[in-house]
Amino acid sequence: MEPFDFVSPTTIEEAVKTLASAGDQARILAGGTDLLVQMRAGRRTAPLVVDIKGIPELNVLSYDASKGLTLGAAVPCYKIYEDETVAKVYPGLIDAAFLIGGIQIQGRASIGGNICNAAPSGDAIPAVIALRGVCNVAGPNGTREILCEDFCTAPGQNALKNGEILVSISIPAPQANSGANYLRFIPRNEMDIAVVGVGTSVQLDASGQNFVSARIALASVAPTPVFATEAGDSLAGKAVSEEAIQQASELAMAAAKPISDMRGTIRQRIHLIGVFTRRTLNIAIERARGG
Amino acid sequence: MISNQVLSEVEFNVVGKRPLRPDGVDKVTGRAQYGDDTNLTGTLRAKVLRSPHPHARIKSIDTSKAEAFPGVRAVVTAKDLPFASLSKDELGGEYTALKYASDHMLASDKALFKGHPIAALAAVNAHVAESALALIQVEYEVLKPVVDVREAMKDDAPLIHEDLRTNDMGETGDKPSNIATHMSYSTGDIDKGFAEADLVMENEYTTATVHQGYIEPHNTTAFWNSDGQLNIWTSTQGSFQVRGTVAGVLRIPVSQVKVIPMEIGGGFGGKITAYLDAICAVLSKKTGAPVKALMTRTEVFEASGPAPASWMRVKIGVKNNGKMTAVEAEIAMDAGAYPGSPAMQAIVCAFACYDVENGKVDGYDVVDNKPKTAAYRAPGSPQAAFAVESLIDEICGELKMDPIDFRLLNAAKEGTRRIEGLVARRIGLVECLEAARDHDHYKAKLDEGIGRGVACGYWPNRGFQSSVVMTVNYDGVVSLIMGSVDIGGTRASIAQQAAETLGIAYEDVKPTVVDTDSIGYTFITGGSRTAFATGLAAINAAEDVKSQMVSRAAKIWDTDEDDIEYVAGIVQHKSDEELKFTFKDLARQLATTGGSISGRASVDPTGEGNGYAVHIVDVTVDPDTGKTDVTRFTAVQDAGKAVHPSYVEGQMQGGAVQGIGWALNEEYFFDDSGKMMNPTFLDYRMPTSLDLPMIDTVIVEVANPGHPYGVRGVGEASIVPPMAAIGNAVHAATGHRMRSLPITPGRILEAGWENGRS
Ligand SMILES: Cc1cc2nc3c(=O)[nH]c(=O)nc-3n(C[C@H](O)[C@H](O)[C@H](O)COP(=O)(O)OP(=O)(O)OC[C@H]3O[C@@H](n4cnc5c(N)ncnc54)[C@H](O)[C@@H]3O)c2cc1C
Repeated sequence: MEPFDFVSPTTIEEAVKTLASAGDQARILAGGTDLLVQMRAGRRTAPLVVDIKGIPELNVLSYDASKGLTLGAAVPCYKIYEDETVAKVYPGLIDAAFLIGGIQIQGRASIGGNICNAAPSGDAIPAVIALRGVCNVAGPNGTREILCEDFCTAPGQNALKNGEILVSISIPAPQANSGANYLRFIPRNEMDIAVVGVGTSVQLDASGQNFVSARIALASVAPTPVFATEAGDSLAGKAVSEEAIQQASELAMAAAKPISDMRGTIRQRIHLIGVFTRRTLNIAIERARGG
Repeated sequence: MISNQVLSEVEFNVVGKRPLRPDGVDKVTGRAQYGDDTNLTGTLRAKVLRSPHPHARIKSIDTSKAEAFPGVRAVVTAKDLPFASLSKDELGGEYTALKYASDHMLASDKALFKGHPIAALAAVNAHVAESALALIQVEYEVLKPVVDVREAMKDDAPLIHEDLRTNDMGETGDKPSNIATHMSYSTGDIDKGFAEADLVMENEYTTATVHQGYIEPHNTTAFWNSDGQLNIWTSTQGSFQVRGTVAGVLRIPVSQVKVIPMEIGGGFGGKITAYLDAICAVLSKKTGAPVKALMTRTEVFEASGPAPASWMRVKIGVKNNGKMTAVEAEIAMDAGAYPGSPAMQAIVCAFACYDVENGKVDGYDVVDNKPKTAAYRAPGSPQAAFAVESLIDEICGELKMDPIDFRLLNAAKEGTRRIEGLVARRIGLVECLEAARDHDHYKAKLDEGIGRGVACGYWPNRGFQSSVVMTVNYDGVVSLIMGSVDIGGTRASIAQQAAETLGIAYEDVKPTVVDTDSIGYTFITGGSRTAFATGLAAINAAEDVKSQMVSRAAKIWDTDEDDIEYVAGIVQHKSDEELKFTFKDLARQLATTGGSISGRASVDPTGEGNGYAVHIVDVTVDPDTGKTDVTRFTAVQDAGKAVHPSYVEGQMQGGAVQGIGWALNEEYFFDDSGKMMNPTFLDYRMPTSLDLPMIDTVIVEVANPGHPYGVRGVGEASIVPPMAAIGNAVHAATGHRMRSLPITPGRILEAGWENGRS
C-alpha cells in the first residue's frame, strides 16, 4: 500500500471543496471495507483519502411516516439493522444490510459505500432500487438527486462528478399493503459475492390478492445492477398467482445479461435469476400481506 | 446422542486422558510467539518481486533504480545465490537438484508459475520495500503456459524444463517431456481377475488444485552474523528440514545454520518447504542486519505449495456376491513447476483399503505452470480415494449391496498383501467399518431429500527420526526437550507418554520445543508421525531416566542395581521394604549424590501402524440452485491408542472439514492465460463455520504392535474419505454421479441439465 494523505472534514462544504480541488487524486472513505481492500491490493491508488464519517449529515438515520427514511451515506450496516423502527418498516433493506460481509464488516460497511462502489454484485443496490431509493448528492454546484437505478454507470463507476459526494439515501415510506425482500445466491452460507442477487418490492391491493405494482432489480448479471422494469411492470394489475410470478421471473431472466466467470456461468446465472425472482417475490408478497 | 465416542481397549494412567495443553494459556491470551512476532533490533523488511506470468523466459533484470531508492538496503536476484557461480561440471550429479531448489527460491532463467520469485529487496520498512519493488525492471519473453495435468502430458505441450526426461520405471526417456516420472506396481494377474468378474466398471475422475489454507502466512526472519552464523526464526513444520534446504542452497554446512521454530499457525504439509528463508538470509548477509519477510495471502496461494490437481482412471471387477477380483488405476498428478507430486503415494494408497488378488496401478508425476505442490494431509491419498470410493459406490448400486457390507467383505486386514508388496500388520479397518455400521447415524432413517454416502480412507503413517532429551529437576519435575514442532497438540501428547512411562503426573512433565542446535536431528511434524515417533523417543528417554534413577538409588543405598526396581514412579528395593523413594524424593537428592540426571533417546522407528478412517455423511441438495448442504457427518478412525482423545477428535474433525471444502467448493481457478483468478479467501471458498454441521467422531482403538501404548498416527487419514463420501451422498440425493471435484452448485445444475431434468 502506497502512503497517502488523510483528511477528515466535518462539513459537507469542506469535503466538497477538498474533493473539488484534489480532482481524481482523492478518494472518499466511508467504512473503508471496499476502499482499503482495493488500495491494499493495489487496485486503486489514492494520494489523498477523505474520510467523510465526521460529517453529521452523513450519519443521519431518521424515519418519518410522511417523509420516509433518510439514511446517511456513512451509516454502518449494524446501526441500520439494530434500529428497531427501520428494521420493522424496511425488512427488505435489512435483508441486504444483514448480508454484507460478516459481523465485523457490518460494524463499518455503509450502504452509501456499497452504492458508490458500484459493484455489479453490490447487495444493497437492488434492495434500494426496489424500495425506490433516491441518492442525495452534494457538490460544487449545490445539491441534486439521482435515482438509485441511475446511479451506477459501469463496474466501479458511478454518476458522481468531480467534487460530488453522496450525502444520504432517501427511501419513501412504504405504501399500504407493500412488502420487499432481497435474496442472493452464494455457494457458501456467508462471506461471498453474489452469484446473482434479486431485490423486489410489491404493493398489493387491500384484499392482498392482486398486485398494484412491483419493482424488481438484479445483481451480478450485468456491468451494473439491473432495474428490470418490464419484469416488475408485468405484475401490475394482475392477480397474485404462480403463473404471474413465473412470467415476471422469465422477464427478469430476459433482462439479465451476465458473463461467465469463476463465480458462475451465463446459463447458471440466468437460471438462478428465475429461481430467486420467484423466491423473493413470494417473500415480498408474504410480507405485504403482513406475514 | 453421543457425539464423541472412544471405543477403548486398554486404559492407562495418563495416556488416554484429556489434560490441559501446556501451550494453551499463551495461545488464548495472545502471548504465544509466532514468526511475525520476531522483532530483532534493526530488522529490515523484505519483499519479493514475483513473476506476473505463469511461463516466461527472463531476459533481463534491472535492479538499479530500486537499489537507488531511499530506504532500500539491498536487492537480490538468482545471481546472488551460489548456484549462479557453479558450473554444471563442478556440480555433476547434483546439478539438477540444486538448480531446482535454487530456482524455486529465486528464478534464474525462467519463471515457471505466476508468483515465482524473481528478485527481492530489503528496506527500512515494508512500505518502502513495496514501493521499491515496482522499480525493478524485468524483461520477459512470455511463453505459452500449461496448467492442466493431461494437457501437460501431451507431446506438443509447452515444455516446462527443456532438459527433463521421463524416469520411466528407472529408464530415462529419449526426449524431453513434462512427465517427470512414471511408476507402476502390479500384483497377481489382472486379465485373469477381470475375466473372472461378473461386473466390471470403469470411469475417469478429476480433482482440482487445492490449498491447505493455514491461517498464518509464511514468514521468516534471518540474521547472518558477521561470524558466519546464520540464525533463522520461522514458521515451519520442520526446523531441520529448513536448515537442510537453506544450507543446501547456500552451500554452507548445516551446523552454520540454526533454525528456531516459532509457534505455528497451521501447516497441514504446506509448511515443510522453505520459501523465504534463503532470500532473507542472503539479504541479511548483504546488509548485516536481520531481515524479515511475511507473505500476503495472495502470495501464499500463488507461491507456496498447494496440493496437485489430478486425473484418474479406475477400473474394478467384482463377482455378483461383491467380492473384488481385479483393480486397476492410472493416476496423473501435477507437481507444478518442479517434479515431486504425490502420485506415487496416490497409487500406493488407492486400493489399500481392499484385499484384492489382482491389481495394477500406474502413477505419473507431471510438471506444469503452477506453483510447486507441497504435501497436504495424506498427500495423494484423498484424490485416489475420491476416484476409487466413488466407483465402489457405483458398483454397490449396481449390485444393490450395502456399501459397508461391500467394504467389510473386501476389507484389508492383518496379512493383506498390498499392491506395493508390503504386508499389512495389525490394522483396524474392519473395526472402523463395524463401528460405522453400528453407529446411530448409519442406522438413522433417511428423511425426504437427504442423501447418505460413505467412504473409507487410508494413510500409512510414518516413522523416521526423532530425538528427545529429558532432565530431572531437583523438584522432581521433568523437562522434556524435543525438536518436533507442535502443530496439533504434540507437546501434550508426548508429555503424556513420558509421564506414563515415568509413572509420574502429567503436570510434572514440562515439554519444550527447541531449535536445531539444542536437540538431535528430528524429522518434520508431518506424515502423522510425531505422537508416534517422537512419543517413542520420549518413552525411550524416560526409560533412560528410570535406569539412571535406579543407579542413583543403588548408590545412595549402597546396594546393587539389580536389587532395585522402578514401579509406577517409585524406586524401591526389591526385598527391603524400608528402602523406597518416590520420584520426587529421589529427585531432591540428586544434587548431593552426583548431580542432575538426563535421559536421552534418538529413534528411527519402523513400527508405524497404518491408519484407516470411515466417514458417513448426509447431505441435502437444493434442486433449484444445486447447492449442497452437509447436514450430518460422522468420522470413524482407528487411532491405535488416542493419547489425548480431544486432539485426536480435533484431527478427525479438521480433516473432515478440509475434505468437505475440497469436495464442495475449493479450487484454484485459472484463466486462459494460466493465471490464478481467486488468490483470496473470498473467492477460494473454504467452508466457514456456517457451512458445517458438528462433526461427530468415533475413535476406534486397535493397538499398533509397534508402539508400547499402541499409538498410530491420526493426523491424515481423516481427510481421505470426505470427497467420495460427499459425492456418493450427492448421488443418493440427486441421482447425479459427480466425477469431478469440486462438486459446485454450478456443476450439479449442469448435471441436471445434461440428464434432462432441471
Ligand atoms: C470481508 C468482506 C465481505 C464483504 N461482503 C460483502 C457482501 O456480502 N456484499 C456486498 O455487497 N459487499 C460486500 N463487501 C464489500 C463492502 O463491504 C461493501 O460494498 C460495503 O457496503 C462498502 O461500504 P464502505 O462504507 O465500507 O465503503 P468504502 O470502502 O468506504 O467506500 C466504497 C467506495 O465508495 C466510495 N464512497 C464511499 N462513500 C461515499 C460517499 N458518501 N460519496 C461518494 N463516494 C463514496 C469510496 O470512495 C469507495 O470507492 C465485503 C467486503 C469485505 C472486506
